[in-house]
Amino acid sequence: MSQQKTTSQMTGAKMVVQALKDQGVEVVFGYPGGAVLPIYDELFQQNEIRHVLVRHEQGATHMAEGYARSTGKPGVVLVTSGPGATNAVTGITDALMDSIPMIVLSGQVPTFLIGTDGFQEADTVGITRPCTKNNWLVKDPDRLAETIHQAFHVATSGRPGPVLVDIPKDVQFAEGTYTPPQKAKVDHYQPRVKGDIDAITALVEMLEQAERPILYTGGGVINSGPAACQLLVELADATGIPVTSTLMGLGAYPASGKQWIGMLGMHGLYEANMAMHDCDLMINIGARFDDRITGRVNAFSPNSRKAHIDIDPSSINKVIRVDLPILGDVGHVLEDLLRIWKSRGRKTNAEGLVRWWKQIDEWKAVNCLAYKGSESIIKPQLALQRLEALTKGRDRYITTEVGQHQMWAAQYLNFDGPNRWMTSGGLGTMGYGLPASIGVQIAHPDALVINVAGEASWLMNMQEMGTAVQFRTPVKQFILNNERLGMVRQWQQLLHGERYSHSWSESLPDFVKLAEAFGCKGIRAEHPDELDDAIMAMLDYDGPVIFDCLVERHENCLPMIPSGNAHNDMLLPSDDVRGAIKGIGLTLV
Amino acid sequence: MSPLHIQQGSSKHSAYDLRDPHSEVIESHTLAVIVANEPGVLARVIGLFSGRGYNIESLTVAETDHKGHRSRITIVTKGTPAVIEQIKAQLGRIVPVHEVHDLTVEGASVERELALLKVEGKGEARIEALRLAEIFRANVVDSTLGSFVFEITGAPAKIDAFADLMRPLGLSELARTGVAALPRGGAMG
Ligand SMILES: Cc1ncc(C[n+]2csc(CCOP(=O)(O)OP(=O)(O)O)c2C)c(N)n1
Ligand SMILES: [Mg+2]
Repeated sequence: MSQQKTTSQMTGAKMVVQALKDQGVEVVFGYPGGAVLPIYDELFQQNEIRHVLVRHEQGATHMAEGYARSTGKPGVVLVTSGPGATNAVTGITDALMDSIPMIVLSGQVPTFLIGTDGFQEADTVGITRPCTKNNWLVKDPDRLAETIHQAFHVATSGRPGPVLVDIPKDVQFAEGTYTPPQKAKVDHYQPRVKGDIDAITALVEMLEQAERPILYTGGGVINSGPAACQLLVELADATGIPVTSTLMGLGAYPASGKQWIGMLGMHGLYEANMAMHDCDLMINIGARFDDRITGRVNAFSPNSRKAHIDIDPSSINKVIRVDLPILGDVGHVLEDLLRIWKSRGRKTNAEGLVRWWKQIDEWKAVNCLAYKGSESIIKPQLALQRLEALTKGRDRYITTEVGQHQMWAAQYLNFDGPNRWMTSGGLGTMGYGLPASIGVQIAHPDALVINVAGEASWLMNMQEMGTAVQFRTPVKQFILNNERLGMVRQWQQLLHGERYSHSWSESLPDFVKLAEAFGCKGIRAEHPDELDDAIMAMLDYDGPVIFDCLVERHENCLPMIPSGNAHNDMLLPSDDVRGAIKGIGLTLV
Repeated sequence: MSPLHIQQGSSKHSAYDLRDPHSEVIESHTLAVIVANEPGVLARVIGLFSGRGYNIESLTVAETDHKGHRSRITIVTKGTPAVIEQIKAQLGRIVPVHEVHDLTVEGASVERELALLKVEGKGEARIEALRLAEIFRANVVDSTLGSFVFEITGAPAKIDAFADLMRPLGLSELARTGVAALPRGGAMG
């Protein structure tokens, strides 16, 4: 009919970039290849969206996670077909396990080649189906923009998670009609955010009477947003109920807050685990009774009534039967909870609480984080204590790799606000921390971003130091180098008669020289006396640093609930750890 | 997220209302799952069952609302009450899943399955097969001098019974559709 093109007509590749702009995306972590060249060509011709060229697609996914976790905004990843997409799978799965909003855009072979085993063809939607909240293969350019908007909606609504949109190359070249975000159909997927008022009132009643209540908080509080964290603080401080948190929830309630009793779980604090075991009312707020938390399920907090606030119905009663489920967003539920509690006269069982805190203080006195110091060797715990002391008060973000160093970081570093602690909790992905630190730094260019790493994990994505240097992200790689796959070695000591099968990090690179090779700064600390100066040198350097901190090789990470044990059956630093894992625990991980 | 119509987790009901949560009794439940008819939905549903180790006893699927692009998946599954609740919650959070109904707890329902049975035989056996088919109201949809194909519709147990009777009479092939089910009476929910 008419020759003129409306402005909403454009190529698929242009739509991708337009959709990202309309979604407010500022940065994309990606790596080009044949099947995404049209999109890269569009990226080249604009300046609004920044592209961070990674060194491996797994790096892109963890950067996006770091970016998302530290900002509350979704992270965006762009990869090519075949190997580009398969390299992203670990990070996508990591984001699913830790409920991180992430949008992955992958190129695909042209529609007419799909199914022919074309060059760099992989069944990307098939491969990523179990590790995404949802994914789409877009064959019609007219559906492309709407699908991308839907992808953002799904990734960020309800329990956040990763999504993937697979875009064949011919669709990127084809013209179609652009659908703006307001016109995209998203009404079907609208998870419920308001909790049931009767249930919330029932919880208030329980809370008023409880003698030994505990708030068991998780990553859901942080995902719910800063307002939810603020409400948690208000609830805990106003009621006087002790707060513990999972690994993922650290910072939602400040570590300096007076209700804080520390992290719980396998390497959680003695007082937190004992309180979980002995409480009479457990209020789970945005946590999921993960097996790192519960220990032996049939011995889990045997005498408590349990309430569970969660936005995901499948998290409720999955592992632990609860007495009072409340389906909804943490922020909304806490708001109602506080309002109802106040309107009923702010009652608590004051006498009970006094006794409860007395008991908790006795547990605290066990001083479960005590460790044997050394004059000659840097203890990893000391390294973290000094790092904590020397960075206190700074605008600080911490990422970690996976292993003993991760658990020590959780134990010895303090977080006074949400979104400042990025770690791979659910999947436990070695190689997460370095790229995550870069993603955090991209989002917070002026902040201090430190990756607390183990030497083995760090090597898994060390190529991303190139990205750090190129994009001038002054990330500090604080490697607790025990020359061991420390956590594996610890389990072999506990479980396998100290037969250290392949858990020694052999042929390690010289990390200082490696830093120089990457064009950044290398620092080594070998002796406790030089630790502080070395850390200060790291902090003072205006650029990326690889810090090689040589630590005690066979230090064990304690306290620990050996797998298969109950919460009140912890290994403490004074115990003999040999053969500590027994029975059913042998088969657990 | 779609309405789950399940007691547990919907927060209206205390978990006290549920049947014995620790019951290790294995129950069979028929679920009706209404999904957007998009590519990959069936794979997602099936992947959920295989990935989380749930059972599928029977599964049928077809588009039932062409205008609305809705398909109806009917799944018969087995598990303890806790597992059944978990299956429903997991199904409910699949993005293209619109509704999950547990026909086994939501009131009376009708369940039907269609089967085709090829019975090969001669003489007395052949006559006996025909006679039994009549009793079971099975139709002959194909016949040769040495074979019949019977079509039978009914509850799965009826089809089991018919197939068992046909086995000694020369049952050589059996095709079953799996269960289709609807609640009795007025609209669901
Ligand atoms: C990708 C991946 N592979 C294997 C493991 C199993 N694993 C857990 S911790 C660990 C050792 C980590 O060693 P290192 O990074 O040096 O940390 P350390 O425990 O010594 O502090 C291993 C191999 C894992 N978590 N992730
Ligand atoms: Mg190590």
